[in-house]
Amino acid sequence: MAQISSIANEQTSTPLSSSKSITLRISRFNPEHDGSSRFMEFSVPVEKWTTVLEAILEVKKHFDHSVAVRYSCRQATCGSCGMIINGKPRLACFTKISELNSDVITVEPMNNFPIIRDLAVKFEKLFDTHQKIKPYLIRDDTELVSDEKEFLQSPEEVEQYIQFANCIKCGLCNSACPTMATDSSFIGPQALAQAYRYVADSRDKGKDSRLKIIDDSHGIWRCHFAGSCSQVCPKGVDPAMGIQLLRGYLLGFRS
Amino acid sequence: MKESTIMKIHYGTALAAVALVAVHILMRLMGGFAESLEYENVLANYKFVPYAAMLELILILLSVHGFNGLRVILLELKQGRIYEKSVSYGCLAAMIGLIAYGSRTIIMINMGLV
Amino acid sequence: MPQDEHREGIKGMANPSRYGIERVAYWLMRLSGLGLLAYFVAHIYETSNILRGQVGWDEFLELTQTTEGHIFLGIVIAMCVFHTVNGIRVMLGHGGVGIGKPARPDYPYEPASQNYRHKIGIYSAILLAAIAMMYGLAVMFGE
Repeated sequence: MAQISSIANEQTSTPLSSSKSITLRISRFNPEHDGSSRFMEFSVPVEKWTTVLEAILEVKKHFDHSVAVRYSCRQATCGSCGMIINGKPRLACFTKISELNSDVITVEPMNNFPIIRDLAVKFEKLFDTHQKIKPYLIRDDTELVSDEKEFLQSPEEVEQYIQFANCIKCGLCNSACPTMATDSSFIGPQALAQAYRYVADSRDKGKDSRLKIIDDSHGIWRCHFAGSCSQVCPKGVDPAMGIQLLRGYLLGFRS
Repeated sequence: MKESTIMKIHYGTALAAVALVAVHILMRLMGGFAESLEYENVLANYKFVPYAAMLELILILLSVHGFNGLRVILLELKQGRIYEKSVSYGCLAAMIGLIAYGSRTIIMINMGLV
Repeated sequence: MPQDEHREGIKGMANPSRYGIERVAYWLMRLSGLGLLAYFVAHIYETSNILRGQVGWDEFLELTQTTEGHIFLGIVIAMCVFHTVNGIRVMLGHGGVGIGKPARPDYPYEPASQNYRHKIGIYSAILLAAIAMMYGLAVMFGE
């Protein structure tokens, strides 16, 4: 028990004796018994390196342990802690409070995702659309069977897709997308950028099947190049670029 | 029809319409805006076959582009099989209706029925 | 739309304030498109009045040749120019023109597709729309 307590103590790096404090407004909503969401305010001590996730964990530790938040790696790798921070979709672990230039930090669950509770949202739809575009290399032969073959790539061929392979499936792009705001059938910028990632991979032979999937009334043509997805991406994936390059295949500019 | 084909038509009609509408506007500005709207001048425009053909083309291009644009916006606003079919066929019907209505004006004047 | 989907809805789609000038351009493009379609339908109806002869034509023309009519037409000109210029920018983007090339991203991860070329395109569309509107108003009120 003592060991568990000491691990819990290590989980926050912010000392309570900090000289500065901010007001953290957390959206609370439980779909099982709440009709609408409400905000709860907490005064949280912060240092200049304190992240929004650390502030939320501070609230959980000292004020209200029932606040629901999903997180894991705390280093923008797992893609778990996406939420709306002061009006924009951001990763809580990757957003320092000092860079928000505000003494009031408002955190809400990501838009365009069903809410599980408070700040935690369901990712089923995101994973479904991701799976729909066949996020794996498609080819008839395989290097696993033949020991003579390797799927070699030049650095230039790797450059074509490596940026898009950085996607951590955090869902921020889908949360910022204006089409996703109203179109529940839209495949979304995350899946479209991943479709480009595999279509642009020189080892892949599944271009035609993927293009057929996205050439739908709620597919790639519902992207209007507003670019909000790229502006919020915490990994520099630039889904808007991937989508436009992917569209080039359907318009006949690329082969 | 495949969505990519529809969108290629959408882009094509836009580019063609830009060129023809520019000619249409220039015709209004040449020789004075108010004069160009006088009854005799407008009638003469309609009776000049190449200009009437251009108006007909603009009518078709902008109707196709405009109502497909409306279809896209409406499809993004709400989803559902019946709703989406209604939107698609509704926009197609409105497009045909507007082309028919505008063509009636052009053809009747061009045939000297006014 | 079911409440449990937590979608932003039309308010979120239409809110142009959070994501820079590209989102403003998206919103203006949509608004100008709808406005132009409404004007186009009205214009087809308006011109069909010529079938009623000179009296019918002049009667309808009188309705539109007012200060309000001229201002309305000025706004239509602005919408037309913005929709055209921004439409060409978007079409070029859709074709992969001016959106940069894929490369290994470096922190702070500025998206290459949201570059100065497209920003200049958007500001040019707004500027040209304003100039065209002022020219149109000068022509209409000058006569």
